[in-house]
Amino acid sequence: MESIWFILVALMIVAYAVLDGFDLGAGILHILIARTDADRRTILRSIGPFWDGNEVWLIAGGGTLYFAFPALYAISFSGFYLPLHIVLWLLILRGMGIEFRAQLSREIAAGLFDGFFALSSGLLALFFGAALGNVIRGVPIGADRSFFEPLWTTLLPWGETGILDWYTIFTGVFTVIALTMHGALWISMKADSEIGNRASVVANRIAPILGIFSIIGVPLTILARPATVANYLRYPALFVIPAAVMVSLYFVWLWNRGGRELPAFLASCAYIITALTGVAAALYPALLPSSYGPQFDITIFNAATGSYALRVGFIWWGLGMVLATGYFIFLYRMFRSPRLIVPPCAR
Amino acid sequence: MNDALFLHRIHFAFTITFHYLFPQLTMGLAPLIVVLKTLAIRTGNESYDRAARFWTKIFGINFAFGVVTGIPMEFEFGTNWSHFSQLTGGVIGQPLAMEGTFSFFLESAFLGLFLYGEKKLSKWGHWCAAFLVFLGSWLSGFFIIVTDAWMQHPVAYTRLPNGSFTVTSFWALLTNPWALIQFAHNMCGALATGSFVMAAVGAMYLLERRNDEYARIFLRVGVIAGFLSSMAQGFPTGDLHGKYLAKHQPVTIAAMEGLFKSETGAPMVIIGQPDAEHERIDNPIVVNKVLSFLVYGTTTAEVRGLNAFPKDQWPTNIPLLYFAYHIMVGLGTIMIAVMGAATFLLWRQMLYRARWMLWILLLCFPCPYIANTAGWMTAEIGRQPWLVYGLLRTAQGYSTNVNAANSLFTLLGYMGLYLALGILFVFIMEREIGRGPIAMEPDSIQSRTVVTAV
Repeated sequence: MESIWFILVALMIVAYAVLDGFDLGAGILHILIARTDADRRTILRSIGPFWDGNEVWLIAGGGTLYFAFPALYAISFSGFYLPLHIVLWLLILRGMGIEFRAQLSREIAAGLFDGFFALSSGLLALFFGAALGNVIRGVPIGADRSFFEPLWTTLLPWGETGILDWYTIFTGVFTVIALTMHGALWISMKADSEIGNRASVVANRIAPILGIFSIIGVPLTILARPATVANYLRYPALFVIPAAVMVSLYFVWLWNRGGRELPAFLASCAYIITALTGVAAALYPALLPSSYGPQFDITIFNAATGSYALRVGFIWWGLGMVLATGYFIFLYRMFRSPRLIVPPCAR
Repeated sequence: MNDALFLHRIHFAFTITFHYLFPQLTMGLAPLIVVLKTLAIRTGNESYDRAARFWTKIFGINFAFGVVTGIPMEFEFGTNWSHFSQLTGGVIGQPLAMEGTFSFFLESAFLGLFLYGEKKLSKWGHWCAAFLVFLGSWLSGFFIIVTDAWMQHPVAYTRLPNGSFTVTSFWALLTNPWALIQFAHNMCGALATGSFVMAAVGAMYLLERRNDEYARIFLRVGVIAGFLSSMAQGFPTGDLHGKYLAKHQPVTIAAMEGLFKSETGAPMVIIGQPDAEHERIDNPIVVNKVLSFLVYGTTTAEVRGLNAFPKDQWPTNIPLLYFAYHIMVGLGTIMIAVMGAATFLLWRQMLYRARWMLWILLLCFPCPYIANTAGWMTAEIGRQPWLVYGLLRTAQGYSTNVNAANSLFTLLGYMGLYLALGILFVFIMEREIGRGPIAMEPDSIQSRTVVTAV
């Protein structure tokens, strides 16, 4: 049962990454590739009906984590106290940026709010990536089952670890690049020809860079925590996952070049899904490794709640997810609208 | 008092108090929007549709503020109260995760549909979207109340060898009698907020002599709903809640009432300041025997005062608890009186011309906000010194690995951010109410705003 919940929590995090990923990416991009106010609004409108629904996956994922693995929730959230609150502030800022940009009548207000939106989108991607890096690298959990990490220390590979250090900054930048590509593919699929083409060009430039990051990411990860390869060496069949990561990225590049927007976007989804699956496979059964040694790891076995709770949760969770998937399929079909064109004067 | 503990408490108290200003209005407006949509279909009158669109817009703004201020709440359990969440996640993690799974998905998906889909959906389809938004918002409230009710009155749990709690009966947790009573009481409060705000906007339009037709709709719906909810807020829900509280947290009710010594035929203090050091009430105005009657249904019953309980079980801030409770009850009474008078005038068809009453309705809109906040303060301060009543003390629940300075840093951050949010909120609301419902065409929600909810 604990393993099932490991998979389910991972599933929710992956769903969040794929879904909110495209609107974070679009948020990073919209200020860079849109030249006019109408262009920006086209991009914002392409994510408008979806972004808050996508963020619900983060909340639902957090709630599920809380109920299934309370110890992990408590230890990691208090240990990552500062970055987590900064993430929350950024989420607030981002929500304000997108929702209230049209509420203020002054011309410069829209620009200001666009700036908030782009900045918070970018920083969120960076922090989420850094968080992932922290989980992969492990944190200093000792016998008292708690830790508190500073935001940064020396940033040098041989210095002390921090929330931001050489490795987590790498994973953070990696994430920003990956989500920017993901967002670009979404825009090219959703927006009208001119701005869509620009987004497609951006995606095509980013894909090879992402390929390089994906490849050097492997040795850097092993350097950061050698135990990450243990599962792979034990079950060599797992090497299918990194292979799938590279294949998906190749198809992103190929299909995007060929102007096949939907397949390219789906390949990008597959890229994110397989990359995170690779991380989950490296971690299992640990949820949060300790940098002091595996005996202090937070694992699915020492963090899970009672078995009755896990079983009954499985029933309602299944029901809830069927319902939620139903709503979202319905919603995405309702707003399948072919192309978004915002007339420049509609403000 | 330990500094870090104090700051973690203020941290949660501040963020939750600010957050709850928004959901109480959305939960209150949601059923009223359903009422307006129903009236629109039944009468075929386009004005009801416009009225519904106007309030949906207000709903959307409040919903967005509720979401952005609500996300921190779920994370603060882990960041600031890690010992508590580690011990109790096996129980209250259930309702909290269910809130995400069942209500947030429902609410966010159908709010999007409701705001953007009026032209794409049939009349009844759009009504259904409104109804599902209402259902989602009330379910959300229910799961939060289940969580709080378990902390007030723990049921259906067992302790694992490592000391943590885990749930033993899913249904017993969801049907905790405390939760059912508290939910009924709380939702009446939310409905009161929705009704008072709706009535106040209607009153303001009439006083300004504009949007006449809509103002009358707002007043009619707001005043009737406001009267019913204010009444139900006191009786039966408030009364039941008080009796249940007296049974399970007798020390809390003694502190709320400022009853320092046990008494038969205990009086109720209407006004007065509790002096916790000398254990007496200063400047009291009391009504004899009423407390005994309210709690036990007879004027001769003995009500146990604070002296009947060991001091380490007393709520830690008796004066604040006492004032919060008295403000709640006092404002609740005023609200019933105001809405009662307005309903009478409405029935006699004099309300729309009674400018003095319109002024009162306009000025009374903060009352339910204050009463709801004071009510929650009564519940939560009354639970002290416990985090989980009788089982886990507040001092044992906070994150010991997060020091006072870090907590203060993020508290100040939230204060600054919420100040900016609050100013923005007032500004946007003022503009929307100024624009009024006249301009509300089916697609106006879409074309006037760039993106989503607002």
